[in-house]
Amino acid sequence: MELLSGAEMVVRALRDQGVKYIYGYPGGALLHLYDAIFQQDEVEHILVRHEQAATHMADAYARATGKAGVALVTSGPGATNAVTGIATAYMDSIPMVVITGQVMSHLIGEDAFQETDMIGISRPIVKHSFSIQRPEEIPEVIRKAFHIAESGRPGPVVVDIPKDMTTPTDRFQYEFPADVKLRSYNPVTKGHSGQIKKAFDMLMSAKRPVIYTGGGVIMGDASAELIELAQALNFPVTNTLMGLGGYPGTDRQFIGMLGMHGSYEANMAMHHSDLILAVGARFDDRVTNATEKFCPTAKIIHIDVDPASISKTIRADVPIVGAAKLVLEDMIQLLKGTKKSVDQAALASWWKQIDEWRERHGGRFLTDSELMKPQQVIEMLSKVTNGDAYVCSDVGQHQMFAAQYYKFNKPNRWINSGGLGTMGFGLPAAMGVKLNFPDADVACVTGEGSIQMNIQELSTCKQYDMPVKIICLNNQSLGMVRQWQDMNYESRHSQSYMKSLPDFVKLVESYGHVGIKVDKYSDLEAAMIEAFSLKDRLVFMDIAVDPHEHVYPMQVPRGTMRDMWLSKTERT
Amino acid sequence: MRHIISVLLENEPGALSRVVGLFSQRNFNIETLTVAPTDDDTLSRLTVTTVGDDRVVEQITKQLNKLIDVVKVVDLTEGEHIERELMMIKFKASGAYRAEVKRTADIFRGQIIDITPNTYTVQLVGSSAKLDAFIDALGTTNVIEVVRSGVSGIARGEKVLSL
Repeated sequence: MELLSGAEMVVRALRDQGVKYIYGYPGGALLHLYDAIFQQDEVEHILVRHEQAATHMADAYARATGKAGVALVTSGPGATNAVTGIATAYMDSIPMVVITGQVMSHLIGEDAFQETDMIGISRPIVKHSFSIQRPEEIPEVIRKAFHIAESGRPGPVVVDIPKDMTTPTDRFQYEFPADVKLRSYNPVTKGHSGQIKKAFDMLMSAKRPVIYTGGGVIMGDASAELIELAQALNFPVTNTLMGLGGYPGTDRQFIGMLGMHGSYEANMAMHHSDLILAVGARFDDRVTNATEKFCPTAKIIHIDVDPASISKTIRADVPIVGAAKLVLEDMIQLLKGTKKSVDQAALASWWKQIDEWRERHGGRFLTDSELMKPQQVIEMLSKVTNGDAYVCSDVGQHQMFAAQYYKFNKPNRWINSGGLGTMGFGLPAAMGVKLNFPDADVACVTGEGSIQMNIQELSTCKQYDMPVKIICLNNQSLGMVRQWQDMNYESRHSQSYMKSLPDFVKLVESYGHVGIKVDKYSDLEAAMIEAFSLKDRLVFMDIAVDPHEHVYPMQVPRGTMRDMWLSKTERT
Repeated sequence: MRHIISVLLENEPGALSRVVGLFSQRNFNIETLTVAPTDDDTLSRLTVTTVGDDRVVEQITKQLNKLIDVVKVVDLTEGEHIERELMMIKFKASGAYRAEVKRTADIFRGQIIDITPNTYTVQLVGSSAKLDAFIDALGTTNVIEVVRSGVSGIARGEKVLSL
């Protein structure tokens, strides 16, 4: 058997795990490891310009593929810079393995140079973490890290490696374990058949049902099963922000996103429903509005792989612990084997009601001003890319507009920081996707605020030739903050205005990329077609949009699902 | 309602901090906490007493179960169980008060484990309520120091918490 150093074992174990790219930034504690990376060419390292970007690249790869991405950062500041990215992945249940360098074991606890207690700092934002105690355990720990990150409810795992665990002269027998078993970790995937039967009977007798699905359908690879079940039942489907693409956005049965900025028809349907089938969604506060007023007439079936998500904020009448894919499959089998049918008359009148709601307020915005509306830009993006692009969003109004107006027909194409709401996520996320899907259209939908939080990565894009398309909705203000200030603080725009924006076109040109400025809607289509036709170039579209626009609908705080502002002057 | 939650935990570095961290992170309350290795030296047994309604306690047990280092969790208060806590309590004791401490300790089946001319140290084992009652019986005026171990618990009958 071959003898490898700890550093070589890390790289070899990543290779044996099937990792193609790792995203990282070197430093003192990682020098042995970087030397081992240099001496092989099976695992390619992408050098970012800030560790946060490395974590978002790894995260976005995971969101697009379902497999854990890998980030590599040094001890101390390298590790702390990765914290935002780890928290982002944790909040959205994204599998990721973050390898952090650590000072030599004998220095731990002595406030050594670039020492930080990364296991401690990351503890509340990881699914699990490991600190390497002996070099021999490296292959097994890495195998376990991937297993934990990717199974059950996915999440980030930190592996902290003291420098002396990677010493080149200390060599050990290397063997990559084929399988790992943890006696304390066996996530349930198969749902309880009795509970599924009970839920199925409720589905069959529902009169005003809604299927409400979240990120669990995307990361749980359950989109096909969801489509099959929903279409066989002819039930309306709404997706959470994390669940978009789980059900085709252009299908008649899709009633839009729900929640704070959900569609009128989705929020109305939820409020008036008599049965909610929740799949891989967690009744987050951005969905439910006031929990005590949530959907007063609805019974709730809740399918989730994480038992702790069930009945956490909203009590489930029928809890089903299991993987979305397997539970939905079981429901499809029950449906195929039953002679019962749903109440067609009730369902027809439910659809009539939903269509009326859709007719009244569905996906509408005013185009009365001279200025371009951000919604128009997203609609154009959807048109130019045929609803087929990977859309990697930053955080703010543009994110909500992208969620509302881009028609996602496939899962894993909408890449955004839903739970943590991390500004600066979009560009590195787009890079992570583009690198792994070089032939796909990859757009970063951003604003002039968010893009500046990781704009240094334009340099990484140049180095590795990552021709993403940056769609910057430039409203010269922190739009979502400004909207809340308009609505709740009598338009006192405290610190939400950006007075010193760079000339983005010149800025990206200085990095060797292409910049296009668009001021008029009439120029938008041609400019966007041009941007996407430049297959080999990163294009930054600096698009001037109406700074006064708000995102609507918007739920009225502490109200029910159906209490919404529909425009600046209209509410339900 | 007060709950006694017993946890079997991998005897790994950092495992305890994950449990303690979970309670503060999720805003759960800890009244007492004890932890020690078991007969199987790869496992620790941890006992937490907490106060919360059913919804909170359900979340506590579910979130504990989610920790990778947690092998098993049981809410002992859901069934018949025995709880014990150890207290060592030091009194300023002179004159007639010495006899009163001794008499009360006897009634509570406590033992005097250390004596000086001016102090008595009493050891007492029982439920938390019994320890509270002992302090109430003697009053706090002459108490100099109290050390309590926190609660340990075990299910009655044949039920066991093991692998």
